[in-house]
Amino acid sequence: MAARIGIAVFPGSNCDRDVHHILNNIIGIEADFIWHTKDRINGYDAMIIPGGFAFGDRLRPGIIAAHSPIMNEVRRIAKDGLPVLGICNGFQILVESGLLPGALMMNDSLRFVCRWTNVQVTNNKTPFTSEFSPKQIFGIPVAHGDGRYVADSKILKELKKKNQIVLRYASDNPNGSTDLIAGICNEESNVMGMMPHPERASESILSVDRSRNNISSNNNNNNNDAVTIFKSLVSNLKQKAIA
Amino acid sequence: MDVLTKQELEYLEQELKRKANEIEKDAVGAQWSEHCSYKSSKKYLHLLPTKGKHVIVGPGYDAGVLDVGDGYVLTVHIESHNHPSAIEPFGGAATGVGGVIRDIMSMGTRPIAVLDALRFAPIVEEGNHSVAKSEWLFKNVVKGIADYGNCIGIPTVGGEIEFDPSFQDYCLVDVAAIGFGRKIDIITNDAEADDIIILAGGPTGRDGIRGASFASKTLEEDNRSAVQIPDPFLEKLLLEATMEAVKRGCLKCIKDLGGGGLSCCLSETSDNLGRGFDIELTKIHTRESHMTPNELMISESQERMLYITSKPKLSILQSILEKYGIKYSIIGTVQRHQNLVIRHSGKVVMQMPSHLVAHAPLADRVAKRPHYIDKMKRIKRPIQPSNLGKVLLSLLADPTIASKRWVYQQYDHEVGIRTVIKPGSSNAAVMRLDNGKFVSVKLDGNSKQCYLDPYQGTLGSLSEGFRNIICSGADPIGVVDHLQFASPEEPEIYWTFIQAINAIIDYCKFMEVPVVGGKVSFYNETARGPIKPSPVIGTLGLVENQRYLMQMALSANESIFIVGYTQPEMGGSEYYEYFHKITGGKVPVVNLEVDRQNMNAVLNLIKMGLVSCAHDCSKGGFAVALSEMAMSGSIGFKVQLDAIPTSCKQIDELLFSETHSRYIIATKDPKSVYETLSSNGVRFAEIGKTVPAHIEFIKGNRQTIRLSLKQLEAKFYLLERILHP
Repeated sequence: MAARIGIAVFPGSNCDRDVHHILNNIIGIEADFIWHTKDRINGYDAMIIPGGFAFGDRLRPGIIAAHSPIMNEVRRIAKDGLPVLGICNGFQILVESGLLPGALMMNDSLRFVCRWTNVQVTNNKTPFTSEFSPKQIFGIPVAHGDGRYVADSKILKELKKKNQIVLRYASDNPNGSTDLIAGICNEESNVMGMMPHPERASESILSVDRSRNNISSNNNNNNNDAVTIFKSLVSNLKQKAIA
Repeated sequence: MDVLTKQELEYLEQELKRKANEIEKDAVGAQWSEHCSYKSSKKYLHLLPTKGKHVIVGPGYDAGVLDVGDGYVLTVHIESHNHPSAIEPFGGAATGVGGVIRDIMSMGTRPIAVLDALRFAPIVEEGNHSVAKSEWLFKNVVKGIADYGNCIGIPTVGGEIEFDPSFQDYCLVDVAAIGFGRKIDIITNDAEADDIIILAGGPTGRDGIRGASFASKTLEEDNRSAVQIPDPFLEKLLLEATMEAVKRGCLKCIKDLGGGGLSCCLSETSDNLGRGFDIELTKIHTRESHMTPNELMISESQERMLYITSKPKLSILQSILEKYGIKYSIIGTVQRHQNLVIRHSGKVVMQMPSHLVAHAPLADRVAKRPHYIDKMKRIKRPIQPSNLGKVLLSLLADPTIASKRWVYQQYDHEVGIRTVIKPGSSNAAVMRLDNGKFVSVKLDGNSKQCYLDPYQGTLGSLSEGFRNIICSGADPIGVVDHLQFASPEEPEIYWTFIQAINAIIDYCKFMEVPVVGGKVSFYNETARGPIKPSPVIGTLGLVENQRYLMQMALSANESIFIVGYTQPEMGGSEYYEYFHKITGGKVPVVNLEVDRQNMNAVLNLIKMGLVSCAHDCSKGGFAVALSEMAMSGSIGFKVQLDAIPTSCKQIDELLFSETHSRYIIATKDPKSVYETLSSNGVRFAEIGKTVPAHIEFIKGNRQTIRLSLKQLEAKFYLLERILHP
């Protein structure tokens, strides 16, 4: 059977339709929306928690969503070793759910930031980065108010030791994240969270901008390399299916 | 507070043939406020050209609807939230965004973009010190827009910001929204007797009481209770629920609640449908207890929608609202008669024909040409500064011209993955549509020129809007206008309003582009006095083919052309107003014939694939426009000023005049561009080439200006350094 990806949708999710479009129409893999009240998920080979403002960021980003029925299922799926990817608010939800360590705090500028930047792949052995070349740098936009990754020294040491830092900001630090961290994974590397938005940089039409205001100059030609995140995921699902 | 004038009350009671009770006076007063009734502007608004090949629904509904082919439509609407924003900038601006988004939803379409036109008093004084009050307004308006748009997940893709001392202690916050959807999903608003009326969304509270009436008076004191409280999360839920309900075909009519609250919403909807309503106020879910019938009728609590559904479809709608956890009340039914019957615990508290409530008696206003207009034309020409490079740098740091990166990077401008041309890199924002086409959209205004000559100033804003759209590769397909003035009861103010609307009528008729929506906002004044006349024009264009998409960034080995004829038209220019601190002079005059010719010539070149980038000359003139193209592409240029077609005798006028209908284009194929333009009969010249790292303006064999890109950028990005050191 062909692989299927589930996209968790919470009240206030707003990148769900964007991810759905990229997976179904650009990558060519079937992906469905799954409403947050669903407490039993069957037949999905991977889950994506998209960006947005689940529950309006009330209390703090991700905390209410982390207690939605669907997250029990996401925890089970993660435990079964299936890939789970959290993007932006999805990363915040994974952290609040205890699936990833550390915390995401308000940007050091104290303002929302939406712009393109560059990230570097620092671990290309995860199901989300396996198709990148080692240390590859690619352009990708960020859009968040609470994206500053923070962790205590013990966690940071562990993250480094176990090669859990997957993506680092490569041209500047848009939010003041510790150690330039843009994305991390769990020890088993099947759960990854990232602040930048790969779904916004997966089609060349979305990065045709000639202006230096938006695209960093050293990456002017291939600004849809972020699509490799989804391509890696799909190729891993296919390999699994063959095995 | 009496909201009805004596004459209006007399008219109302004459029509009713009885005394109106207090509730009726309040409810009718809200609807008959200038804000909701357009009583001072209606007779002129009818003269706007509203028909065109793309138009499905023109002005009058919540949003205009344009056909973009393949079964798809665009919807567009513009509104302002000036009074509330001047008192509580965060909440005022945020609820402004919320209101215009609900108008788009009301047509059955999904909002895909928001734009803002903002006007403040100067935020920077000589020596780059910020000015506390206007900086506070500016920062919080931006934050209000950002928080709301970002949370709801609709990208804020563009707009414009102008600074002028006439906005001291005040601000103009105009928000436009674009929607996209399928033609078959457009809500046509029809209902039959016994259909069910539902009020959904936020509970009704005492916030925003008399907001519409408050916005229909001059701003004399803080009236915080008239400012509403924003909840973008609830609006997001309403958006998704409405879209799902539209898709499942269970809505016959949608209307958002805005200014004037339930009173306006019910009377306008009932009048539009030609059907009466029977409403029970005690059914409404409220935020506070013991709300009076008056308060329930005129509260402007946010994030509320009125839905009308049929009995068989009610359960589907209920299940959708429940899925999203949205509170709702069934508040009444559609009737065979044409009256608005409002009950409180069964007792009728208001009863009158919907038509009477929805149509205020028009106000007769007197217009008189202000004295200052002629006086301002005659001013002494300032002495040309010896260092024109310094002037250019100063203008690049003028907050009206300087990069707005500090602003647009706080807006999520990419969510929805439609934003193909992003803020800061082009003349207009461009969004992709599902049928392979693109919509190009921009807001423009020029209070400085509209003050000196409201007719030419407004024509100029339209011309600028069209140029911006053209420079993105689009054909203009529609216009929305937002006309903002001080009190219409002042004959000299009212005259400026008539001038502005005449300009829109003349321009749009000539260009054969319809006005598909608009709004009028009067009473924009404080104790300090009236604002300058501030019509804001929203222009929409359609890019038929991806190959036409155009930006402003120059690149290596390109030849630079100017199209248009530069005249010494310095009135209201940033050079006079910001650099010389002079208000006065001759405002740029739009020659409609030339404007159309130049527009067509440039668009033709773009479509032929001969142009690699394009930008229009507007605020700051030719020198600023070309500098922006250089910074955008991180490359310099060397241009010969002698080549430019002009009647200017002084170099400063040539560099900084804001003559309309001018374009700068660059190409790798100068020969073909030259030949094509020659055959089009427009004034143009090839003026130079791109070069690395420096910009040079040469006159004769003398360097008039030579600056490095670094010097330009240091000034152009000044705003972010001032606002967060």
